[in-house]
Amino acid sequence: MSTVISAQNVRKRFGDHEVLRGISVDLAEHEVVCLIGASGSGKSTLLRCLNLLETIDEGDIVFRGQSLTDARIDPNLVRRHISIVFQAFNLFPHLSVLDNVMLGPVRALGRPRDEVKAEAMQLLERIGLAQRALEFPDRLSGGQQQRVAIVRSLAMKPDVLLLDEVTSALDPTLVGEVLDLLTDLARGGTTMLIATHEMNFARNVADRVIFLHDGEIVESGTPQQIFDQPRDAATAAFLSRVN
Amino acid sequence: MGRRAAVASSLSSALIVGLVVWFFWRAPNGANVRHFFLDPHSFWINLTGDPSRSLFSILRCFETNVWMFMLCEVLVLIFGLGLAWLRLSRTPILAPLRVASAIYTDVFRGIPIILVLFAVGYGVPGMQAGWISQRTPITYACATLVITYSAYVAEVYRAGMNSVPNGQVMAAKSLGLSDVQTMRRVILPQAIRNVIPPLLNDFISLQKDTALVGTLGIVEANQAAHVFGSMEFNYTGYTVAALLFLALTIPMTRYTDHLIAKDRRRRLAGGAA
Ligand SMILES: Nc1ncnc2c1ncn2[C@@H]1O[C@H](COP(=O)(O)OP(=O)(O)OP(=O)(O)O)[C@@H](O)[C@H]1O
Ligand SMILES: [Mg+2]
Repeated sequence: MSTVISAQNVRKRFGDHEVLRGISVDLAEHEVVCLIGASGSGKSTLLRCLNLLETIDEGDIVFRGQSLTDARIDPNLVRRHISIVFQAFNLFPHLSVLDNVMLGPVRALGRPRDEVKAEAMQLLERIGLAQRALEFPDRLSGGQQQRVAIVRSLAMKPDVLLLDEVTSALDPTLVGEVLDLLTDLARGGTTMLIATHEMNFARNVADRVIFLHDGEIVESGTPQQIFDQPRDAATAAFLSRVN
Repeated sequence: MGRRAAVASSLSSALIVGLVVWFFWRAPNGANVRHFFLDPHSFWINLTGDPSRSLFSILRCFETNVWMFMLCEVLVLIFGLGLAWLRLSRTPILAPLRVASAIYTDVFRGIPIILVLFAVGYGVPGMQAGWISQRTPITYACATLVITYSAYVAEVYRAGMNSVPNGQVMAAKSLGLSDVQTMRRVILPQAIRNVIPPLLNDFISLQKDTALVGTLGIVEANQAAHVFGSMEFNYTGYTVAALLFLALTIPMTRYTDHLIAKDRRRRLAGGAA
């Protein structure tokens, strides 16, 4: 399988605090990788670095064989292929649900409105929100908003989807609908790197689970390996705390 | 509001207005002041003008205030936005301009506008620097208003842009929008909603400060009232000018409040966009 994106020995400091201490990850086409680890272990930072929302201090990010740390690379062009969904949804409050979904394809990709609109409506249909396309995001529940945010990213037809704890800000009763959507996407072959605290979800959908501890990858393997036979003491301690 | 409350508030308003009027009416020299500031005959002449006595129609002169305001308002909105944008830009190449924009806003917010008016209106022609020194007084007056008010408005814009959460910028960028698109499609539309009230305040000030340009010999409403006052020893012209300014600023304030309320209702109702 071909590698879509990889981090190679990535280091990132904020001041003297080294948040990522030599991270290497590969993501293959259609692969679903879950990133687990305690709060502050660097999950969000890693995802933001992969999306070039943060610059890295050392190492390299390679997308389809091309180094993204090259100064000649335009980050805005790269981000069309690597989409990120945030914990806090970050929907645009001044745009309708439909316009939220259409903004990227129409403005960044310059695609024709009609075509994009049809696709956007299909996506909204898929998450059961087509009737609410013309409403503003603050009229929707948190779970609905987050599903719109995911669909907004999908509308860009990204090569890889990064998800940063997309259920952490949700009421527990709304977590399920978002995880269902992600499970659906995973079955459909979307390449995803998912930072999450939902261990059951990770066990069910991940091809591979990576445990991040203090900015380092301590352990990585299939869900069975990580959850049932953790080799590292830190992994075991973390898992016993969350379960 | 209930019926009783409506009656009570009308009564109390009437009472207070009545008291204030009564106070001024009964003041020891009240009649005199009424003659100088509220003389009906002078009021009429001030409105219509009297060419045979070289008296201006303040209403006509007020047109100058209005078009100056409208022209300057547009220029200030554009120029102020440019300043704010420079100030918030993170591009290394623009660093000198960023500093320049910060100094500019500090300086021109700090100098009384009348001094800028003198500097531009008398200083620039005095330089005899060719074309730029040979403009009309009204051009210098407009330049002054634009120079000063752009500094105020740039700060308003900047506060508005800063009020848009960083997550919005990240979301826009993660969709591959360029910096210009992020500004235009995501930051500005949200910032503008937040800055309409402070912008409106600055525009009301701008409107009123058009009354200062008479200093350069431009005959606008305030200057016309001044001419009337010195020729007829009656200051009713100032009252006329004041009423004309109010006639312009009050509807503007009401209209903007209406827009804000409408926008809020629309968003709460979540109706069709
Ligand atoms: N912009 C920043 N400036 C300074 N420090 C930062 C910044 N962003 C993150 N950090 C620090 O980096 C560390 C890792 O943060 P990060 O958000 O990546 O962790 P996380 O694994 O996503 O945690 P959580 O589960 O709470 O989301 C934390 O100690 C955090 O304080
Ligand atoms: Mg995080």
